[in-house]
Amino acid sequence: MKNEWPLWEVFIRGQHGLAHRHVGSLHAPDAEMAIRHARDVYTRRNEGVSIWVVKASDIAASAPGEKEPLFDPSNAKIYRHPTFYDIPDEVGHM
Amino acid sequence: MYAQMVKSTGERPKTLDEMSPEERAFQARVDADIKIEPKEWMPEGYRKTLIRQIGQHAHSEIVGQLPEGNWITRAPTLDRKAILIAKVQDEAGHGLYLYCAAETLGISRDEMTEQLLSGKAKYSSIFNYPTLTWADIGAIGWLVDGAAIMNQVQLQKCSYGPYSRAMVRICKEESFHQRQGYDIMMKLCAGNAEQKEMAQDALNRWWWPSLMMFGPSDKDSVHSAQSMAWKIKPMSNDELRQKFVDQTAPQAEYLGLKIPDPVLKWNEAKKGYDFGEIDWNEFYEVLKGDGPCNKERMAARRKAWTDGQWFRDGLMAHARKKRARKMAAE
Amino acid sequence: MTTAVKTDAALFELALRMGDNALILAQRVGAWCGHAPILEEDIALANVALDLIGQTKMWLGLAGEIEGKGRSADDLAFLRDARAFRNSLLVEQPNGDFAMTLMRQFLFDAFHHPMLVGLKSSADARIAEIAEKAEKEARYHRERSEDLVIRLGDGTEESRARMQGALDALYPFAGELALADAIDAELATRKIAPDLAAIGARVCDYLKTVFAEATLNAPWDAAVRKGGKQGAHSEELGYILAEMQWLQRAYPGAKW
Repeated sequence: MKNEWPLWEVFIRGQHGLAHRHVGSLHAPDAEMAIRHARDVYTRRNEGVSIWVVKASDIAASAPGEKEPLFDPSNAKIYRHPTFYDIPDEVGHM
Repeated sequence: MYAQMVKSTGERPKTLDEMSPEERAFQARVDADIKIEPKEWMPEGYRKTLIRQIGQHAHSEIVGQLPEGNWITRAPTLDRKAILIAKVQDEAGHGLYLYCAAETLGISRDEMTEQLLSGKAKYSSIFNYPTLTWADIGAIGWLVDGAAIMNQVQLQKCSYGPYSRAMVRICKEESFHQRQGYDIMMKLCAGNAEQKEMAQDALNRWWWPSLMMFGPSDKDSVHSAQSMAWKIKPMSNDELRQKFVDQTAPQAEYLGLKIPDPVLKWNEAKKGYDFGEIDWNEFYEVLKGDGPCNKERMAARRKAWTDGQWFRDGLMAHARKKRARKMAAE
Repeated sequence: MTTAVKTDAALFELALRMGDNALILAQRVGAWCGHAPILEEDIALANVALDLIGQTKMWLGLAGEIEGKGRSADDLAFLRDARAFRNSLLVEQPNGDFAMTLMRQFLFDAFHHPMLVGLKSSADARIAEIAEKAEKEARYHRERSEDLVIRLGDGTEESRARMQGALDALYPFAGELALADAIDAELATRKIAPDLAAIGARVCDYLKTVFAEATLNAPWDAAVRKGGKQGAHSEELGYILAEMQWLQRAYPGAKW
């Protein structure tokens, strides 16, 4: 069916200071209406202070098959984590 | 509300030896409780079964708006009216979340709607019963939502990520649904003789259809084994039904109402209630489309969809015009 | 013992007019629940109905308080007869197709929002407080229905024709909302409510802008259909009340 309203992904900032989080999707003819719908559908219980919508077809995603090459290497780079380094207690908080 | 008799592959689950390497890796992830996400590899049977199950679940929410919506204009107080609208609105929302979850599996909402309206897709048999009195609104919240929640709480742990996340949201929102129903029943049972009679009559009519919501008996349930292996069906029909009876019987007693089952009795040995046999003929009749309200429910959904065509098309046309104007101006 | 309270008749009327408009419109809009053209719209419309019921509770609660005879918001909603209702004729008009429902909502919102803005500075603190809460909701309602009227007016040929038909049918009912009677005049003098003539002029300008963008033509000179505010209703209201009040009437004194 050609006239189906496109699908939008909805992101909501729950509280001031937090990042927007994906909460779900909905259909709307354009971005303005998607925001309105998001307000009516996803903030029925006071859940948000700001809404983003993105057309689902505009989202670029990493391919699930590439999960290992993409994410496994960083597993090995433990020197990026603070606990990798042993600092003597005498030095104090660092 | 939920899916009742979802056709799976119709075959017994494969043994590890019979599986392809991909299937084996998939099953290993499911067994390790790692969620399956939209674009990852999955067996075709898993994808199709999920589309049917989530679709049925979504359709049930949408059709489920009708029997209760029926009483919005007649709700007896302003508060009851607001609560009922909020509840029926939640059902629309839950249908929406579920359709979106199914859409991640490669089917559109319009396609699913067509399947519902053509009769190809099913929805829960419970919504084919009429709401005759205000007490029915209480009974639906108490019994029907009670039964649905029992299943949905388990489904939060299901193996498919988008379905599981939708279930988490739905369970959170639905927590007031059963309570508002029981609250209506309490008010009626504490009321005058006519109100109490209304409450008992509603229980009489909704009890057995509520038990049917859990689907056929395990011995007749051919599609369960595969779905359970895939973790998209967390407990067997009979297990959930037993849990429901055990939970509900004392609640009825508290209300001073009698469950319409002469066989119902506490069984100390099994630490659960024994209860009578469901009229399976009625169950299959309703499922087949011959229940008291099947025709009316479908007619109402078809009317909403057909009558709304111009509205959906008009808004789409405007959005296209606006975009074209904007592009021309740039 | 009860002390005789002298009811402020004009104030009582104002609370009833505001409350009954909200109540009857909520009753109409609520009937769409489960039958709207698409899920997103079903949910949005239910939000409007819920806002209006909330406002009903506040206005009718206040009306009962002003009257001082112990009647609650529910008593006023469910136990008054048609002649005692003070809603405008517009809100009791049937749902019709979705275009009628949207146009009725838009014409109401177009008045409702500036009215509430005016009431926010009412000399009566209770009225100002209710208006403060309701105004935010009404602003959203108006934005939403304005947007839909423009989009559907300037949509397809069919959507335009339906919206135009709805406007032709409903516009004659819109004038009553801002048509002042002696009560309105008294309330304006006492600074309890805004001057309706000024609001009416603003609404008219606003409607002109919106309908121009929506490519719709209002029958500006149509005779105004009126009477609801004084309790002279269309035949629709009797049926609305028969349905809405039925349980309370059938089981007198029962608690629900």
